[in-house]
Amino acid sequence: MAAGPLGTAALRLASVAAVLGAWEWAGRVPVSTAFPSFTTTMAAAWELAEDGSLGRALLVTLVPLAIGIAISAAFGIAAGIAMGLSRRAEWLGLPLFIVLQAAPLAALIPLLVLVYGAGLTAKVLTVCIMAVPVIVLNSYKAIRHAPASLVEMGHSFLGTRAQLVVKVILPAASPVIFAGLRLGVAAGFIGAVLAELLISPTGIGDLITYNQSIADYPKMFAAIAAVILFSVLVIGALERVEVAWFRPEKRDLA
Amino acid sequence: MSAVPALVPATPPAEAIVSVRGVTKVYPGGVEALSGITLDFPRGQLTTLLGPSGCGKTTLLKIIAGLVPATSGTVEVAGRTVAGPGPERAFVFQDFALLPWASVLRNVAFGLELRGVPRSEREAVAERFVAQVGLKGFEKRYPHELSGGMRQRVGLARALAVDADVLLMDEPFSAVDEQTRRKFQEDLLGLVATHNKTFIFVTHSIEEAVYVSDRVVLLSRRPSRVSAIIEPDIARDIAPERIRRHPVYLDTVEEIWQALRQYLD
Repeated sequence: MAAGPLGTAALRLASVAAVLGAWEWAGRVPVSTAFPSFTTTMAAAWELAEDGSLGRALLVTLVPLAIGIAISAAFGIAAGIAMGLSRRAEWLGLPLFIVLQAAPLAALIPLLVLVYGAGLTAKVLTVCIMAVPVIVLNSYKAIRHAPASLVEMGHSFLGTRAQLVVKVILPAASPVIFAGLRLGVAAGFIGAVLAELLISPTGIGDLITYNQSIADYPKMFAAIAAVILFSVLVIGALERVEVAWFRPEKRDLA
Repeated sequence: MSAVPALVPATPPAEAIVSVRGVTKVYPGGVEALSGITLDFPRGQLTTLLGPSGCGKTTLLKIIAGLVPATSGTVEVAGRTVAGPGPERAFVFQDFALLPWASVLRNVAFGLELRGVPRSEREAVAERFVAQVGLKGFEKRYPHELSGGMRQRVGLARALAVDADVLLMDEPFSAVDEQTRRKFQEDLLGLVATHNKTFIFVTHSIEEAVYVSDRVVLLSRRPSRVSAIIEPDIARDIAPERIRRHPVYLDTVEEIWQALRQYLD
């Protein structure tokens, strides 16, 4: 890359400024009476943050999200690794997850409500059906594409199958597994908000629905912007965890 | 681990440590890479497998390593039939095959790590070999911080650290630049002279083969057979820089070129 660290930071700032500038302009034109400008949205966000309703809403949304992501990550990574390592698990699981990834899973939400009622279980499962396929498929691909030459090297230096998995295949696969996890977390956020919009209005979903119903669009957009920002921060934190725990060689680069 | 043997003159006994008997390799799909190869590799010598590209020299090396099964025929190392990789053989890879997430020290110690050697012990051994290949001070660096030549030194140190009798080197210098390659070739001569090990070396460079080898095995085009075995009669006690001007060196390079040019289109 030609840009140094300073240049990169400047480019990032410019990109953020361009998007926010366009938002401000579109809000002032206005493209729609229901579309507030960036500054009015931020003022509304400040109001929501100050009276504590934004924080409370985020905490409520976080419950099904965190449970759903934890289940999806544990199950998804385990299933993906199993499918990558074993032909049988691959035959068993791959068609299912490819179909699930292609299917518009939001359509299943009414079914979940029918079976589990409009409660936490249905919301957790909504997060899971959104997050699991992408986590499974990325973990599977990561294991399958572990560099053959490293595996051969481990084999030639008398590594057992278990040693090759733990010391070569998993570390080599970890970047793509984490990429899948980040995509899964992003999908999980979509699932959590969908659940709150479609199943029963709580948390951020409630904040969005309520403010929409009373036509307080700046607050509605503030709630949406807050959940986007929160999602970005969580995914960024995940990236740091990955580098710190699994990729020591990248520590100085980050 | 035995200590590094002291300087011994290269007086190889004629005994073969590696014997290849009628090895044939047919890949799925019917491509015949090797056809009835029978070869002996004398202990303590450096033997090169040389041939046109795609002739199956790397396949033969990997069959000896136990990484690729032969379709028929057998390989014996020190009297035992090869059924897979073994502790008496170590491999140096063309693409280095270093773990990008592991430091130089851990990469060099990796063969010992897989054998269950305790950490302090294997790191002590690794440190010795890191120094021996000229990378002292780079123990804590990661492969991406090293040049191609330095990476291959790590690969070489890893193979030396497991103290195998036979070193299998698959075009180890092909991915490094010309100057580095020359230095490597000189260092390899030193290694052959100081370690009482057997080297089996794959290259497509005639000059490299003649420069480093006690014996050069010429393989024909696919399906490969042994087309000739040449022993460059260059006294190994002369200075490395004089070898390239040695009349026998120049004649042997020419002889091999004449033998190989028939395989070119």
